[in-house]
Amino acid sequence: MKPGDNALLAADADGPAAPARARGAAPIAQPRPPMLIIESAGRWSGLDLRGLWAHRDLLYFLIWRDVKVRYKQTALGIAWAVLQPLLTMLIFTAIFGRLAGVPSDGEPYAIFVYAGLLPWNFFNQAVTTSSNSLVGNAALITKVYFPRLVIPGAAVGAGLVDFAIAAVIMFAMMFYYGVAPGAGMLMLVPLMALTTLFAAGVGMWMSALNVKYRDVRYALPFILQIWMYVTPIIYPVSFIPARWRWVLELNPLCGIIQAFRAAVFGHAFDWRGLALAALITTVVLVYAALDFRRMEREFADII
Amino acid sequence: MRRWTSVAWNANSRILFEGDGAAAARVMESIIKVEKLGKRYAIGRREPYRTMRDSLTGAVTGPLRSLRARLSRNGGGAPAASNNHLWALEDVSFEVAPGEVLGVIGRNGAGKSTLLKVLSRITEPTTGRVELYGRVASLLEIGTGFHQELTGRENVYLSGAIMGMRRAEIARKFDEIIAFAEIEDFVDTPVKRYSSGMYVRLAFAVAAHLEPEILLVDEVLAVGDLAFQKKCLGKMGEVARFGRTVLFVSHNMAAIEALCTRCLRLSGGRLAAAGDPLAVMSGYVAEGLRPGAGTAALDVHPGRRPGDTPTMTRVELRGADGAAAGAIRIGDPLEIRVAYRAQRPLRPVLGSVIRTGHGAAVFCVSDRFCGQLAECAPRAEAMVVCRVERLMLIPGTYAINLWLGDATGDFDVIFDAIAFEVLPADLTGTGRLPPPNLGAVFCEANWSIHDA
Repeated sequence: MKPGDNALLAADADGPAAPARARGAAPIAQPRPPMLIIESAGRWSGLDLRGLWAHRDLLYFLIWRDVKVRYKQTALGIAWAVLQPLLTMLIFTAIFGRLAGVPSDGEPYAIFVYAGLLPWNFFNQAVTTSSNSLVGNAALITKVYFPRLVIPGAAVGAGLVDFAIAAVIMFAMMFYYGVAPGAGMLMLVPLMALTTLFAAGVGMWMSALNVKYRDVRYALPFILQIWMYVTPIIYPVSFIPARWRWVLELNPLCGIIQAFRAAVFGHAFDWRGLALAALITTVVLVYAALDFRRMEREFADII
Repeated sequence: MRRWTSVAWNANSRILFEGDGAAAARVMESIIKVEKLGKRYAIGRREPYRTMRDSLTGAVTGPLRSLRARLSRNGGGAPAASNNHLWALEDVSFEVAPGEVLGVIGRNGAGKSTLLKVLSRITEPTTGRVELYGRVASLLEIGTGFHQELTGRENVYLSGAIMGMRRAEIARKFDEIIAFAEIEDFVDTPVKRYSSGMYVRLAFAVAAHLEPEILLVDEVLAVGDLAFQKKCLGKMGEVARFGRTVLFVSHNMAAIEALCTRCLRLSGGRLAAAGDPLAVMSGYVAEGLRPGAGTAALDVHPGRRPGDTPTMTRVELRGADGAAAGAIRIGDPLEIRVAYRAQRPLRPVLGSVIRTGHGAAVFCVSDRFCGQLAECAPRAEAMVVCRVERLMLIPGTYAINLWLGDATGDFDVIFDAIAFEVLPADLTGTGRLPPPNLGAVFCEANWSIHDA
């Protein structure tokens, strides 16, 4: 259906003197309602969740394509999804855990840093690939209609597959270090859902900006690099002076990663921090989605 | 800025219903209603992409550029441009009844593709509105969404989903699609190993199995080998026979004539004509003529053989309707009319050679070989008319060389005296003609098959 059927009622702001004659005559001449109305929507239009739902198969196939194509013509194939976080973990453990002696709340540093890297790597990959996804699929955008949100959405979804594979290492390490999984592990599912929503929010916003300003492609790697260091991945939150922690907590990933570790190690959850993360995620997601919808109608013209 | 007058609207409505008396009945049941559709492009945005720096410098240079644009405004047939804006579509209204196959024609930049993009929701209109009373699928490109690394099977699913098919629907039609594309043996081969013919066949096969009530098709039939093209045309006709509505944009007049029940012509973003395909196409032909095309003064001509005495004064080409025409449809008559003025009365002998755009002679008509005027009364001033009954030239541009003389020899020769265009027509009943690289002349032939 038309993105935002509420457009039906919207007066066309640009059209001087909309023809009252044609409008008035419509219900008599045309008893059945149109399946689709195409007109210039207002500046802000709805999210078109119905349209998204109707294209769920497309989302599935795009995720499937991204996963399928990603490791094509590589000798190691899907093993890269395991190797990348594993090697990062080993390097970080050697440098920050051993050499620099960064504390890890009394847990083995290797598993401590991996529990932080796992959601971060997902977020990093999801945001990077989705920010380039619209530009990378320009041929589709100029040739066929579907809700554009599906494209960055699929890039995030494809990241989840890599995450699931990398998570296996997590369980292997827990077994190796004798960390018994508790009931808190169940929290990993909602936590990943929250991470996914946050990544989707940032990713879709970046992808839309990237259509208009290709600077995003160059700026984003630096932003993400800085972002990683201001997120407690290689160090615990307790490493930061108490009066500055609130700054850290404005970053939803901070609350998420803390909760991630709490789930793995069976510690108590910081519900206040998690609630803040969920709130900020919601705000980012809603704003990004609305902004995406606003920019979306220009995509085919400027991409 | 936009000029919106009720006059334009009325003019369009009149054009809209010209040629179909049952206009009122049609309004009741139309499946597509387009009302005063307009699409404006900011010209500054037509560059491939902008960086933030461009935006910053644009803030400085923008006013200067718009000033310059205002100073050098160009008139003529180009789409209405004002300041930094260009109306690719302006005030376009029409309706389409279910089951109609509507052709859309127009020169490059007339707004055909923009119209299709708006109707298929790829881009949003600036003004106006479209009401669609059925499921829409658009086919603006062959192989949309195909991925080189994926196999034929995988691409059928991917491309089908991109074009709006549900997974179950694709699964149901899968065997039919593969059979239509004739690639049964290569289903599990990556498409990057396909021949281009196989690739195109598979891509079209997916599209051909969409089941929309409204199908929007851009110039996509011009691909694939001849046999496959025939199959595609057949498939499109089949789509229309099942009551499906097709909107078909093409430069290919022969295809439009063969397929469409009605035709729209866009010009400069506006609706210029609508109605019977043949009538609308003749308007398209007329639009292509520059003032004076179809006729040329010969008193002074750069192509005249050096040293010749200017004798021919004017040449005029006439088509089927007897009016001067710079473009003739294949199969129509062509009249070459040459006026001359000589020092003394003579029995004129006119010869003309028709040459392709590359300069190769295609055929010659000359009274020197026919002698039909050999017995006429000598005249100092007259018009010699040569009528070719059926011009069987493959569509393209042709030039004419002229010789004028008498029984003793030629004394005025002009090379490339005038050029004309041959337009396609559906001579074969299939909408297809051989491509120009296979020869400039079309010959009608009959086919039969016998036991060996």
